[in-house]
This record gives sequence, structure tokens and C-alpha cells, in this order.
Amino acid sequence: MRVVAAMSGGVDSAVAAARMLDAGHEVVGVHLALSQSAATLRESARGCCTIEDAGDARRVADVLGIPFYVWDMAARFTRDVVDDFRAEYAAGRTPNPCLRCNEKIKFAALLDKALALGFDAVATGHYAQVVEADDGHGGVRRELHRAVDSAKDQSYVLGVLDADQLAHSFFPLGDTRKPQIREEAAERGFYIAKKPDSHDICFIPDGDTRGWLTRQLGAAPGDIVDTSGDVVGHHEGAFAYTVGQRRGLGLSRPAADGEPRYVVEVRPETNQVVVGAAELLGVNAITGDHARWCGPAPEGVVRVGAQVRAHGEEHAATAWADGDHVEVRLDSRIRGVAPGQSVVLYDGTRVVGSATIAASRLERAVVD
Amino acid sequence: MTAYLDHAATTPMLPAALAAMTEQLAVVGNASSLHRTGRAARRAVEESREKIARCLGARPSEVVFTSGGTESDNLAVKGTFWARRDRDPARVRLLVGATEHHAVLDCVDFLVAHEGAKVTWLECTPEGVVEPATVRAAIESDPESVALVSVMWANNEVGAVQDVRALAEVAHEFGVPLHTDAVQAAGHLPVDFAASGADLMSVTAHKLGGPIGVGALVVRRGAALVPLTHGGGQERQVRSGTLDTPAIVGFAAALVEATASMEAEAARLVALRDDLIDRAMAISPDIRPSGVWHRGDGASRLPGNVHLLVPGCDGDSLLYLLDAAGVSCSTGSACQAGVPQPSHVLLAMGVAESDARGALRLTLGHTSTAADVDTFVEALPAAIERARRAREATAS
Repeated sequence: MRVVAAMSGGVDSAVAAARMLDAGHEVVGVHLALSQSAATLRESARGCCTIEDAGDARRVADVLGIPFYVWDMAARFTRDVVDDFRAEYAAGRTPNPCLRCNEKIKFAALLDKALALGFDAVATGHYAQVVEADDGHGGVRRELHRAVDSAKDQSYVLGVLDADQLAHSFFPLGDTRKPQIREEAAERGFYIAKKPDSHDICFIPDGDTRGWLTRQLGAAPGDIVDTSGDVVGHHEGAFAYTVGQRRGLGLSRPAADGEPRYVVEVRPETNQVVVGAAELLGVNAITGDHARWCGPAPEGVVRVGAQVRAHGEEHAATAWADGDHVEVRLDSRIRGVAPGQSVVLYDGTRVVGSATIAASRLERAVVD
Repeated sequence: MTAYLDHAATTPMLPAALAAMTEQLAVVGNASSLHRTGRAARRAVEESREKIARCLGARPSEVVFTSGGTESDNLAVKGTFWARRDRDPARVRLLVGATEHHAVLDCVDFLVAHEGAKVTWLECTPEGVVEPATVRAAIESDPESVALVSVMWANNEVGAVQDVRALAEVAHEFGVPLHTDAVQAAGHLPVDFAASGADLMSVTAHKLGGPIGVGALVVRRGAALVPLTHGGGQERQVRSGTLDTPAIVGFAAALVEATASMEAEAARLVALRDDLIDRAMAISPDIRPSGVWHRGDGASRLPGNVHLLVPGCDGDSLLYLLDAAGVSCSTGSACQAGVPQPSHVLLAMGVAESDARGALRLTLGHTSTAADVDTFVEALPAAIERARRAREATAS
């Protein structure tokens, strides 16, 4: 096959490209330029798309002896990921930009361009596995599964891929643990073998999401209130708060019971942040929209494992789909369910699909 | 089949240059040393300087060796700016062609940002030519403020050739020096420094069959320059640093060879160029050459320069697809981190930004053959079709 290896300049995508080449594919390395004002040098483990990163990717491609190009997707990335991220926060939600990038850029804009140019597929350094299974009609169906290395598993951020996108995707690292990938990179002679992993949000290189949002959206001072409506503090913009957040609230009055308080709701329409006790965070019902299925949509009510944030735990649940909407009922209460994050549904290690969390609540069992 | 159609990026060394340089590489000697070994090296350097001067219509003492075109442009623009400003603090304005190479443009940006320079960009015609009247108007707006006029001899993207002599005459009317970047012209067009009237002229070896890493700034006697590098005082105190004797010998051998074969080679390349353009336009009716192009004319456009606008395509897609088909060419414009930007040259010529993104530069040189043109023309239809699909796929 003719494969585009998306190469960030990091160790994972470098080994992924090498493995595709080893597997006998015709591989071309592509580095995505996503920043409209790329910095020259990487300054920390954060950030991406510096000129140095592009150079690192190019150097690996040269070692592999494969062609290498930089594709400029900065305008698409700004529109579909950065602008979306800002708008979601402005609306009081907490988006996951990596998920959106996979949905709209890596496995859409990049994949579409690759297919148009005559390639068959895109390979990335994500930790996840594609398993070919019997489709029940004598053919094969490509399923998305968790990576072997559960600490690195990135199937959560790939839960937005549909069957068509999966059909053209390769994740060559899913069967290997990260330390082995670094060893392999060193054995292959990649000088980036010890390059730090990138963390956080690539377009906020200093890691200060709140500061970035304030610069982008402008300060909007308002009140932090408790659940009875009493003002207990002030903020510089409700958009900078996330449900479940405890740190950085700067409350002027302690709670009556002396217990820590958490953000339990963000109200963009009144620019209020509501805080309350930990038990208010416990929910067992989630409504999601923007449903995406990695294979056939589930029929009827199904048992699933539900994961509500990247690297979070998986919780036993029941789910059913209704068009673009998904309802999830968790077997027990969980905390930290933030609107805007995705709920990704698993069947064993298989990713069933995902939805963006629109609302969550505590439903009390009806006891006869 | 493969075809190397990027001679304006760099062209293979001419056999005579390779032989002369290789021979000199085996010889020890610092041209600044006083002993016999040094004298032998100096003789090789000075003989080379004389050959280069003769080919370029300059005096040997006017040839200052540098590391190449970028350094020559930097020395010309910054060195003249500082020297002129030192004598008259009012002389801080640079009049610079809008289609110049980044080696000139970025010097200007630097001087504006850090040295209080002012700039007046000289607009060009849709053919990429700066007219004498444009230079006159720019000077006349404030004659006492002008430090330097800089307009390239031939453009590296679209091959447009300027009337340097007419521009220099205007500048000299006002007592203003003129620099011309002749990196793409030297060895390909008759370049006569004295006759052109230019005060400073940048050239580089590797665009005319010499080695990469050596060039020259031709400096009219009496033109004041503040040096950029300080040290041993080589090259009339203007460019310190041990001279690269083998590279200089290779440079001279290449320029002598290129000058000797210039007329016949230009005619050969013009024929190949015209054939390539005609056949490309026959593939798709909306493909058009940028800039000025007259069949059979190697004077107003560089003989080996083809620059095509392919509407509906991104240049980088075309470049990839042609590369995969064995054709090495260029989008012609500068890259930032490998991302082609819409060419400032095309934008200055009035080309719409969406069209400028579909630019393709194919440059022929001394190793080019009709078979190279065939390889390109055969690869082009499929490349255009796929590049158009890719543009559509990413436009949504």
C-alpha cells in the first residue's frame, strides 16, 4: 500500500513510519504545519509544530530514506480545532482538542488529501490497535481496540473515527509498550530516541489554558457562587473553569462544613461559576450528542465500559443510541464528568464509539 | 526516467570546474601567507579573480570574494547602508524591488527593525519588471534621504530580466548607488558590470556550474562599504577570512566555461524552454506562464526559466506528485519550515493569491535534455488531476 506516515518529529510517529516501511508499504512522511506562527525551537515538552520539530521529522525520514513533505493545515486547524476549542470554553464546556484534531484534521483533512493524491492510508504514532474481524458477511471489518500499553493507550482520542476513516488508518505501535518504542528508536539510529513526550495542548505551549483563554476571550469578571446563590468569590471569566475543578478557585469564604469545594456548574449565560461539595459531582447519567461510531451503531440497549476523559478509568454502564444522541447509565456514581469532554464507549478492549457530553445528572433509582 | 529541472536552485558543476577545483584541493597554501606556498595559492586566487573580472566586465580589484549570493547581498545592502549613513545621517532610505530575493528583502527588514532604516518598495509591472520611472518617482519624493537602490538583474522565480543600465542611470542622476543581485544572471546572460552602471553586483558560483559556498560581490572602485566580518583584512579589508582557494579556482573555471558557451547554450535552453511551455499549455488550457515570455527570446526572460501557474492546484501537491514521478522541480517560492508560502514575487506582479498557490518553477541548465522535458510533460496530466482532487478534498 501507499501510506502517508504523519510525522510530528516525536519518537512515536518516527517508529510508526519505520514499522510501516518494514511491513513493505511504500511510505511518504508528512509533517503537518498546524501553527500559523511556528516558533523556531521547541522550548519544553509542550507545544508542537516548531521548525525544530519539522526538522526532527525530516531527519528521521532521511534516515529511513523516504520522501518527506510538510503540509500546511494551519488554516484548517485554526478553524476546526482552535476556534472550536475557544467557542466551547466560551459556552461553558471543556473540549478535548486532540479528539477534534483526529476527527477533523488527521483523519479528515490529511486523510482526504492523501487519498486524493493517490495514497491508500494514513499511519500515525497513536497507541491503539486496529484489529481485522469477521464482519459476519464473509468479509473483514476493521475494529479499533485499546493499546497493549494501558498507560499510553490513546484509543480515547480516536473514538471519533468512523468505519470509513478506520478503513484507511494504521496504528503500528498499539502492540508495544512505550519503553520498547524508545529502545527501538535508539536501535534504528533515530537521534530523537530520547526526545521528551509532548504533553498538554499543542497550541498552548506554556500550558496556561486559563491565561490563553483570557487573552483570547477577554477578561469577564464575575461571581463564584455556592449552590444557595451566595457569592463566595470572584473570577476573571467563567469560561476558564471546568466542572470538577478544585484548585485555583481563590474562594474568599470557607464552606460552612469546612470541606473542600469544587466547581459543580459553569453558567456562561450569567457568567457565574457554581461551587459545591464533592458529593454534588457524583453523577450516573450522561447525555451525549455528536455520536460517532467506529463500526456499526449499537442496536438497542447495550452493556459497555464508559470512559469520560483521556487516561480516565473505564466505568461499567448501559448505553443506547438515538440518532445523534447517546444515553449512558453508569452502574455507580462517578465524578468529574465535564460537558464538552467525550464519553467513549468500549466493549472489552474494542472502541464502540463516542459522543460529546452534553449533560450529566444523578438519577436516583426508583424504589418500589 | 528522472528529470532534474531545478537548475536555478543549484546546477551540477561543469566538468572543467570540477577538474580545476579537485586539483587545487590537493594543494596546500593560505593565500595570505608570505612564503612560496602562500604565494602559489595567492597566484591561483588572483588568476581566478582576473578571469572572473574579465567574464563580468569588471576590474580584478572590484571582485570581492564571499561565501555566496546571500553574503554578497548582505554585504552590499548593509555595508552600503552603514557607510552612507555614517557620512550623512539623513541617508537611511532604501529603494528596493518588490520581487527581490529574501537575501535582500530580509536585510532590509533587519535594517528597518534594528538600524532605523526606511524602505520604499519599488513596484513592478505584471511582467515583473521595475521601470526607470518608478525608481525616479521613488527617489524624487525625497532625494536627500536615499542610501541605496537595489534591483535584481534577473528574478529567481519568474526569470524576468531588468534593464539594470536604465535603472542605474536614474539612480546616478541623483548621486545614489545601485546594487543588483545578478545571482541568476551571471553565466547565463551577457553581464557587463562596467556597462551596466551598477555600483555593486552579487554573484554566486553554484548557479553557473561552480561549487556551492563561494561567490563574489563586485564593488565599483570608490563605493564605500562597512565590512560585516572583521579579522585578517582580506579582500580590501571588506571581507576578512581565509580565502577558499579551491572553491575560487572552481568558480573561475565554471564562469569561463559558461561564458564561452553562453550564446549557444542560451539558444539551446530557449528552445527546450519554449517546447516545455507550449506542451504544458496544451495539456490544460488554463495553464499559463508567469511573467514575460516570447518564443525564441532569451533576453527578457532567463533562457532556462519556466514558471507555470496551474489554477486549482496547490504547488506543494504538484511538487510531491512530480517528485514521485521522478521530476525534481520547485514551487519557486520561499518556504517556512517547508511550507510553501504564496510567492511575494507573484503577488507583487498582481497574481491572485489563490493562483499563486498553484505555481511551479522548472529551470533548465547545462545537463538538461529534450528527454527531461518529455519526462515532465508525461508526468504532468496525472499530477494536475490528482492535485486538483487534493485541493478540493482539503477545501471543505
